[in-house]
Amino acid sequence: MSLDMYAEEILDHYRNPKNFGKLDKPDVKVRELNPLCGDQYEFQVKVSDGKITDVKFNGDGCAISTASASILSEFIKGKKISELKKMEQKDLLNLLGIEVSPARIKCAMLAFNIVKKVVEESGKKK
Amino acid sequence: MNAEKIRRDFPIFKRRINGRPLVFLDSASTSQKPVQVLDAMEDFYRNSNSNVHRPVYKISEEATEMYESAREKVARFVGARDHHVIFTNNCTEAINLVARGWAQRNVKRGESIVSSVMEHHSNIVPWQSLKGATLRFADVGDSGLLGDLPMDKKTRLVSLTHVSNVLGTVNDVKKIAKEAHENGALFMMDGAQSVPHMKVDVGKIGCDFLAFSGHKMLGPTGIGALVVRKDVADDMDPLLFGSGMIREVTLKGTTFADAPMKFETGTPNISGAVGLSAAIDYLEKVGMRNIERHGRSLTEIAMRSLGGMDKMKIYGPRKNRSDVLSFSLGDAHSHDVATILDDRGIAVRSGHHCAQPLMRRFGVGSMTRASFYLYNTVDEVRQLAEGLGESARVLKV
Repeated sequence: MSLDMYAEEILDHYRNPKNFGKLDKPDVKVRELNPLCGDQYEFQVKVSDGKITDVKFNGDGCAISTASASILSEFIKGKKISELKKMEQKDLLNLLGIEVSPARIKCAMLAFNIVKKVVEESGKKK
Repeated sequence: MNAEKIRRDFPIFKRRINGRPLVFLDSASTSQKPVQVLDAMEDFYRNSNSNVHRPVYKISEEATEMYESAREKVARFVGARDHHVIFTNNCTEAINLVARGWAQRNVKRGESIVSSVMEHHSNIVPWQSLKGATLRFADVGDSGLLGDLPMDKKTRLVSLTHVSNVLGTVNDVKKIAKEAHENGALFMMDGAQSVPHMKVDVGKIGCDFLAFSGHKMLGPTGIGALVVRKDVADDMDPLLFGSGMIREVTLKGTTFADAPMKFETGTPNISGAVGLSAAIDYLEKVGMRNIERHGRSLTEIAMRSLGGMDKMKIYGPRKNRSDVLSFSLGDAHSHDVATILDDRGIAVRSGHHCAQPLMRRFGVGSMTRASFYLYNTVDEVRQLAEGLGESARVLKV
């Protein structure tokens, strides 16, 4: 049932997303848009010693894409870039802890694709 | 008109979604198909399948007759007497044919094409693709009505939708056509949302071009039409070159067939035309006035029912509107609302409806849209309202 996607934790992230906002002088920022629905987010991070030391995101979208962005922002904060490079789609789905219906998988993956780019860009920083 | 009886002609309504009957409220996107249309197409493939216009044998004569009589039926259906009917893939291709075939040749640098903020992307992007022409867009008021047209003596074409696919606004196209002609411009009407839902007469309205799709009017996908005034067609280039559209080919060059053949390159969508023809028969049997009345009546009931809900915002005019109804439920995202409705087997459209400039105009990223057609019932409107109540609870609107 698609209703199961709207678990309490997902709705909490949607209503009160973590790390929402903007950073002062971010080292890397990446904005992406889902052309099918117009949802868009920008992730901003600070990078130091091969780690993501701080992260903020802004933009707007549906409950699934917002929760996904919020959860990912928590996940990458403090993590090593080398470690994050290994992150796969299924890791995000595990973090979300819900069964995302095929029609909504793109919503969940919007933030994932941004974060992959953020990690790639961050890897180029010292 | 009896919607319950009509539903029995549509096999898809036997489907159950999550254990519930399908409540299909997305006909503005594409309509469902009655068995009469499916049978006509199957009959063509089973009994008369062959190419048109070329071979001389019996079944090809039949196929040609079916294809050409479909063209005549479309012409009659939209009141085309001084117009050609050119079959296209869909409405978008028909508009592209006007852009590449007519406008690229006839709209010079410094001259303008007038469109509006309420248009579908298909009536914006083809004009943006032209070199030289200036584009001007009429605004849309907060109530969803079209603003003044930014027209002057340098305007060569006014291209507007008859009915907004988002707001349900029915534009005063007869007046617009007159205004365009007084300025020396042609009028191109996007009939994607009107031709399936009301009686459209290109002669009475004064359309120089009319574009529409078959799949929104009970027909199959892959067939649409551009209806174009005969003398205007003389001034148009084809979109595609090759077989079917020629008079004579030599290695030095080619002369083209007359319209409409000149614009239909390669083997056409014969079964699609046959299906569209059967769809028109079905619509005419029910009666376009009955269909229009039924759709408007369901929309009024939905507006009353949804309008009473907390934090519900309905877009578009209050009165004189077609049968699409777009809304926002508090700050809930349209995809979430649509997912929760889908759980109950209710299909609505969410997202930007291929009208991003209009979304921007209303300060939203997306809207949820319910659209009605001849097979929808008052009970389905009630189920929509119930489903939206649940959406509000689940999403904590």
